[in-house]
Amino acid sequence: MTCLWCFEQLANTINWQSFFTLREQNTFCDDCLHQLKRIEGDVCSRCFRESTVNVCSDCHTWEKQRAWKDVLTKNVSVFHYNEMMKQMIAKWKYRGDYVLTEGFRHLFKKQFNEHFRDIWQKAYIVPIPLSDERLEERSFNQAQVLTQFLPRTKEIQLTRVHHEKQAKKTRHERLTIKNPFILREKVNKPVILVDDIYTTGITLRYAARTLKNAGCPAVYSFTLARG
Amino acid sequence: MENQSTKHSPHMLNRMNVHPLAERFDSKLLLRHEIPLPNHTLQRLISEKVIHTEQSIIRFRGRIKCMRCGNENKKTFAHIPCARCCKTHHYCRQCIEMGRVLTCEPLYYVKDLERNVQRIPSACQWQGKLTDAQQKAADRIIEAIDKKEKELLIWAVAGSGKTEVLFPSIEYALAKGYRTCVATPRADVVRELLPRLEEAFPRVLIDGLYGGASKSESGAQLVVATTHQLIRFKHSFQLMIIDEIDAFPYTDDPMLPFVTKRARKQSGTTVYLTATPRKDLQKRVRRKQLPHIFIPVRYHNHPLPVPQLISDYSLKKQLNKNDVPTVIFKFLHNRDVSSRQLLIFVPTIKMAEHLRPLLIKECIRRKLIKNADEIASVHAEDELREQKVERFRRKEIQLLITTTILERGVTFPSVDVIVLCADHVVFDEAALVQIAGRAGRSVNDPKGHVLFVHSGRTHALDEAVQSIKQMNRRGGFLL
Repeated sequence: MTCLWCFEQLANTINWQSFFTLREQNTFCDDCLHQLKRIEGDVCSRCFRESTVNVCSDCHTWEKQRAWKDVLTKNVSVFHYNEMMKQMIAKWKYRGDYVLTEGFRHLFKKQFNEHFRDIWQKAYIVPIPLSDERLEERSFNQAQVLTQFLPRTKEIQLTRVHHEKQAKKTRHERLTIKNPFILREKVNKPVILVDDIYTTGITLRYAARTLKNAGCPAVYSFTLARG
Repeated sequence: MENQSTKHSPHMLNRMNVHPLAERFDSKLLLRHEIPLPNHTLQRLISEKVIHTEQSIIRFRGRIKCMRCGNENKKTFAHIPCARCCKTHHYCRQCIEMGRVLTCEPLYYVKDLERNVQRIPSACQWQGKLTDAQQKAADRIIEAIDKKEKELLIWAVAGSGKTEVLFPSIEYALAKGYRTCVATPRADVVRELLPRLEEAFPRVLIDGLYGGASKSESGAQLVVATTHQLIRFKHSFQLMIIDEIDAFPYTDDPMLPFVTKRARKQSGTTVYLTATPRKDLQKRVRRKQLPHIFIPVRYHNHPLPVPQLISDYSLKKQLNKNDVPTVIFKFLHNRDVSSRQLLIFVPTIKMAEHLRPLLIKECIRRKLIKNADEIASVHAEDELREQKVERFRRKEIQLLITTTILERGVTFPSVDVIVLCADHVVFDEAALVQIAGRAGRSVNDPKGHVLFVHSGRTHALDEAVQSIKQMNRRGGFLL
């Protein structure tokens, strides 16, 4: 068995699952995992950014604007978007190395259980969709595959129209685009949105606003990395 | 008459549309996203048999193979539930950095119609003159091209002027209208070769392809590339020259021989160039399976400097205690030509970084240098490495500490070389021979000292010295 990232040989661990199914588990080696920094300690209570104050300055700015006030109740992330995470997401998402998803499984589930234990049974878990064009290009939706690690809930038909990649835009451009999300049903339960990365938070907020307009009482978000 | 011309016009139009594509993509093997054409144009070109589709990942007898990079290792394939075809199938992880190969997506081969190939007579503007040994090798390559021999090994000692040996054969190939490629495993070597070729062939368009290159490919007839970049070529080059065939990673990565072989035309010639052929090539030479020609003398007709082995068991202790390695200064004070620059090879990046401040302090104390800028260290992860090498060449840096990245493909006119911890595993025979070949490369200063400092002799050290002595003997120097 080898590490998904660096292809170093891993020590073979036998557990009941591997004993009965003979299936190899796909994971990262300890060296690679150590280079990923989990978000721990004091964080902003709204956006999960490392912060000594309860609500960080970015979130204050969001909450001051009438259009965005309380659109997104809370964000939770797993990892810092450091150099290693940057490289991994680049290979996973842009190069399309699908199997790397498996390496995040364990910690992603763990973080979810720690922070959404009380909420998820009463909520829908919804991945941020890709536009059809982007899905055709990538051939998988990274938020969708992350959602598969989490408990299954009823599917919400959130769709997205095609725009330029977020990563290629400046902050200002990101903040001034039209809402790309479309929802054609009513939502009466809270929603936990799932995405790969929270950078400015604009994508998640657009999706959240679309949900709120459809009657959703509260929108949370859960992402793999916090940029 | 008029009727006929209207009949032909759609056909003519197609040709017009094909042409700009052909210029850039003739004889290339590409993925869908590498072809900037809308689907309907692509489909038309496929039906016109300008572009062929090939299966990308094939399965046979329980095995699996990526037809783009030749990967057959099951562990470097993974499954993907594909949203395009709604099936779960394989993709290749080995060549994913150059675009993902999916089972459901074919490879597109643009047939070589040789539309952008032309005969370029007497293209070489190089004014120098080849030595007898160089001329013999150059003639031999032309003979191999003419007779369409499959392979030829040019075994040339370090500093024999290999690049110049290539000029007549490249000129010959261009005059015949052949596509020609000079490939090498190392991007550093490409960066060094490209300006030299551009100077020698000023009228010829040359594509330089390597990771991080700013210029994109234009479909030039003469290509200088890293071997990785050849993944996008198929049956393309009549003359394929592989420089530094024994360099990392060519010998460790089965993808590279696979793609270089495919990039050559089936009737084409592959020329291997090296100063230190690996065991397998040497074996094939001995068994007369691989034709070869040996260039035993350097272009200035002086023998290769034979390395001195110096055992120093206190070196590691001194480094651990942050002391200065005394062996360096003993050498610096006793050497005959004190104007030479000094190149110090160390086995690890950590050691290079560790040694630099120590040497700066001691050299300033001994008044060997005036300011700290005159000592620098380079390694593979150093972003400024090209600038540092350039500054060393301009003699702004007097002492350069380096890992094995500078072992080959670089020329400094007048240097002495010290290898510290020469018994370390990274210094195999080939590396040591190449390192020794950095000294004494200039006509004005054909001698140079090479010191291998070790704490316990290894086979590699002995073999390196033996093979240098043997090469000198073959060059007619009695020792």
